[in-house]
Amino acid sequence: MMKDNNVIQVENLSKLFGDFAAVNQISFQVKAGEIFGFLGANGAGKTTAMKMLIGISSPTSGKATVAGFDVYKETESIKKNIGYMSQKFALYDDLTVKENITFFGGIYGLSKKQIDQKRCELVEELGLQEVTKSLVASLPLGWKQKLAFSVSLLHEPKIVFLDEPTGGVDPITRRQFWEMIYKAAHNGTTIFVTTHYMDEAEYCDRVSIMVNGKIEALDTPKKLKEHYKTDTMNHVFLKLARG
Amino acid sequence: MGITISNISKSYGEITALSDISFDVKPGELFGLIGPDGAGKTTLFRILTTLLIADHGQATVAGYDVLNDYKSIRNSVGYMPGRFSLYQDLTVEENLNFFATIFGTTIEENYDLVKDIYVQIEPFKNRRAGKLSGGMKQKLALSCALIHKPKVLFLDEPTTGVDPVSRKEFWEMLKRLQKKGITILVSTPYMDEAALCDRIALIQDGNILEIDTPNAIVSHFPKPLYNISAHNMYNLIESLTNYEHTYSIFPFGEFVHYTDKRHPIDKASLKTYLEFQGLTDIKIEKTQPTIEDTFMELAK
Repeated sequence: MMKDNNVIQVENLSKLFGDFAAVNQISFQVKAGEIFGFLGANGAGKTTAMKMLIGISSPTSGKATVAGFDVYKETESIKKNIGYMSQKFALYDDLTVKENITFFGGIYGLSKKQIDQKRCELVEELGLQEVTKSLVASLPLGWKQKLAFSVSLLHEPKIVFLDEPTGGVDPITRRQFWEMIYKAAHNGTTIFVTTHYMDEAEYCDRVSIMVNGKIEALDTPKKLKEHYKTDTMNHVFLKLARG
Repeated sequence: MGITISNISKSYGEITALSDISFDVKPGELFGLIGPDGAGKTTLFRILTTLLIADHGQATVAGYDVLNDYKSIRNSVGYMPGRFSLYQDLTVEENLNFFATIFGTTIEENYDLVKDIYVQIEPFKNRRAGKLSGGMKQKLALSCALIHKPKVLFLDEPTTGVDPVSRKEFWEMLKRLQKKGITILVSTPYMDEAALCDRIALIQDGNILEIDTPNAIVSHFPKPLYNISAHNMYNLIESLTNYEHTYSIFPFGEFVHYTDKRHPIDKASLKTYLEFQGLTDIKIEKTQPTIEDTFMELAK
């Protein structure tokens, strides 16, 4: 069972590749409904850590549960209870908007009726009525990312993992995307997000910063800024990640 | 010896990628092309590097015409495309050597120019390029684009997906290259990087929204801008979106950037309205617009 309303519980989690500790004894908790920013420089170990949490890579040592399920033994249950989107992989470009929604709904085990209902809601909410029969490849990047986020929520997961969801997206759409994140969190979905935009780090309830496989800082953006005596998360990040 | 662009247009079927674009980049300038994915940045790069022919208009690079003198251009420019385009199965050193040889030079001859950057990846010179990390690939790609000592350097989104530390280092490298007399045209979706350029062009949907120095662009922001914060960001955004006097509202880090339809703004009534919506810890303070504010205002 989940302790203290924590939907992610990580204790001394490590992943070694040979002698190299890509993730080195990290510990943290994420509360239900929280927007948790998972930051770090390229190569700091974020992706490796995230892969363990979403059940596609087995840890070398340590403990972790996601949505109450164990990352060693209950990976299939984890996958059913989370949503995932990344910039690199989100939707199938050569399927239409409608086909993508139907496909992912099917993967997540929704009934045809549920899929039809969800599809109508989603198309309406995103204003995609005109393009349901268009290939996803033809949509602007910002639309794709908003659609991908909605699709990752189709099965009403407890947690959604977002891996750099807004890279390259225009500034207005980037903000609309964050409004969707706020809304999902407001409705109780836990958000676990990585980003290289430091203004987006400010939107998170709490932020962790990974450096060389370890979590070097974890707190609210406000407290991190106070602690490092600066007024932007960008400076906090530069101070920590540069060593 | 910079770049001139006059009335360039390019369409792909029914999609207009560039619509009658004109601007100049002065010799020795560090010029930024700022805009989101799909704005037309890559199309313009491909036209200027002679890899694509425009439907209309003329352009010159380093004094050469993009149509008639394409061979001269190819000899005088360095191009780092957005997608990693080196040979994945050659080593770091083999890649650099390959590009030097193609341009009839050697690594030794121009080592000075790439030294700063190349020393950082030299410890891995026997590693295949495909096995490098993102930051190292970027440094190798820049070294390869520089090894023939180009007059003009084209960098298409060199920092996309790169963390803030590496981005900062990359821009420090560009500043040093500029001091060596190289004209640089760089594109980026990161608005904070715009401030580091001599001049910038804001581009969206194939149109140039504005061209000027970063300071001048920011000074053109049309309205007083306010930072607003409250205890609950989601409610704050919702409340301001529904407020009758709201002109624009965008989340900006820990604040919301707000402009009001009225002039001057009635701070007291705005605060009362927000309190009435159940918000607490409300702060409303005037703030300076950024490039991103200006971009969003122009793109609206």
